[in-house]
Amino acid sequence: MYDFFFVLIPRHMPFLLEGALVTLEISLLSMVFAVLIGLACALGRLSGGRVLPRVIAVYVEIWRDVPLIVQLMVIFFTLPQAGISLPAFWAGVLGLSLNVGAYLSEVFRAAITSIDSGQRDAGLSIGMSRLTVFIRVILPQALRIAVPTIGGYFISLLKDSSLVSFISVSDLLRHGTILISNTYRSMEIYFMVAIIYFVMSSVASIAVRMVEQHLTPTYLRAGAAKAESRRAEAARVPA
Amino acid sequence: MSAPAARPLVEIRGLRKSYGQTEVLAGVELMVAKGEVTFLIGPSGGGKSTLLRCINFLETPSGGEIIFDGERLCHEDGNLFHHAPERVLREARARMPMVFQHFNLFAHRTVLQNVTEGPLVVQKRPRAEVEAEALAILARVGLADRASFYPAQLSGGQKQRVAIARALAMRPSLILFDEPTSALDPELVAGVLDTIRALAEEGMTLVVVSHEMKFARHLADKVHFVAGGHIEESGTPDRIFDAPESERLKSFISSILA
Ligand SMILES: Nc1ncnc2c1ncn2[C@@H]1O[C@H](COP(=O)(O)OP(=O)(O)OP(=O)(O)O)[C@@H](O)[C@H]1O
Ligand SMILES: [Mg+2]
Repeated sequence: MYDFFFVLIPRHMPFLLEGALVTLEISLLSMVFAVLIGLACALGRLSGGRVLPRVIAVYVEIWRDVPLIVQLMVIFFTLPQAGISLPAFWAGVLGLSLNVGAYLSEVFRAAITSIDSGQRDAGLSIGMSRLTVFIRVILPQALRIAVPTIGGYFISLLKDSSLVSFISVSDLLRHGTILISNTYRSMEIYFMVAIIYFVMSSVASIAVRMVEQHLTPTYLRAGAAKAESRRAEAARVPA
Repeated sequence: MSAPAARPLVEIRGLRKSYGQTEVLAGVELMVAKGEVTFLIGPSGGGKSTLLRCINFLETPSGGEIIFDGERLCHEDGNLFHHAPERVLREARARMPMVFQHFNLFAHRTVLQNVTEGPLVVQKRPRAEVEAEALAILARVGLADRASFYPAQLSGGQKQRVAIARALAMRPSLILFDEPTSALDPELVAGVLDTIRALAEEGMTLVVVSHEMKFARHLADKVHFVAGGHIEESGTPDRIFDAPESERLKSFISSILA
């Protein structure tokens, strides 16, 4: 016990935290690209073209049916064969974004199609273009519906990103295994790694919940409608 | 010499609309004069909503001609159906906004934002002017104190009056109503009808689909009976309600009164 808290932690924590920083970077970057990919694919699929929606459907299907670790391996070992040399970090970003993007495209698609067609009619009927209707009427409502799910995917990604350690990205897990091969203290080091993942995920969950609450507009907040009208009534009664 | 008769605001000739094999509008002829209140009545599935949605091109017709304020929105040339470019259709649409059965207020915007959205985004008018006008319109429909509310915080009747305010803010030439009171609780209908009546009295051109027969009778200048995809009978309210000619209209009226 003494050894763990007063020798191992001070000695190895900095190196592990360096890895944790890489885990955060790769997760955040991948998430940004995944959101862009997901949104673009959702739009492509809803575009009503003949070819594009099918191509996207095939991408989504393949990426959801192959294990993430296998996708990462394929990308990492195939790209150099094709003459593209990506540093491991960026191969990891590519793999993770394509993977999460496939899932998010379905999330966005569901959110967009869930918006009542009356909203579109209303926008068009006051002379908006289709694009304006999408940007000002459909998308803001769809995004608010999608945010909690996107947040959930981010928290999963934070943990699943540990798979990039298998393609030699120096993330938290990889720094852990490096330490273990030098010290042979598997149990203690994995324990520290676990604690760091736990803290990162919990903080991320809290952050996601805060963003969610901030974004949940008054019109969707339970009870808010009543509270607001009560406040308005109260304000009208002279003191 | 007599002055030439003013051109109707809306001229519709031979308007057709099909969904796949189903012909929903089968050659509609309809004229709407400026300042006139037109009611469309008829059995469910007769094509009233489709007709309304074709007038402002929310649905693209399959054939026929629509002229709005002298501008041809669509026509047929031989067997080919042409319509004006999207930009022209958009401009026409902005001048004949629509009020829907289910209100269709922008759920993520406040009452005031719902009303200012069109003037700001579509007409690109200055914000200060638009907001002042929007507040005045809201006061007119009795909702000045609800400007900062979201649609979910309003009653159905209030929502529909906001929808009317949103249409008015476009400074329209014509307002289209598709069953504006059908989704309302009975006690909320009167408020919305009063608002529509006030518009009619101010001389706004209205085309109203409604099952409120008493209201139609009081307010309409012309009533058209829409059934089976065309206008079966037209006339003044008295003529339509007191002296129906076709069997279909007779049975429709007796079924409504029953
Ligand atoms: N998008 C669509 N696709 C296929 N058929 C449609 C579509 N919209 C309407 N129809 C059909 O067109 C016919 C006319 O519909 P419409 O909604 O215009 O009738 P309506 O007179 O407004 O009826 P109601 O009084 O019930 O509102 C109906 O038979 C309906 O099933
Ligand atoms: Mg209808």
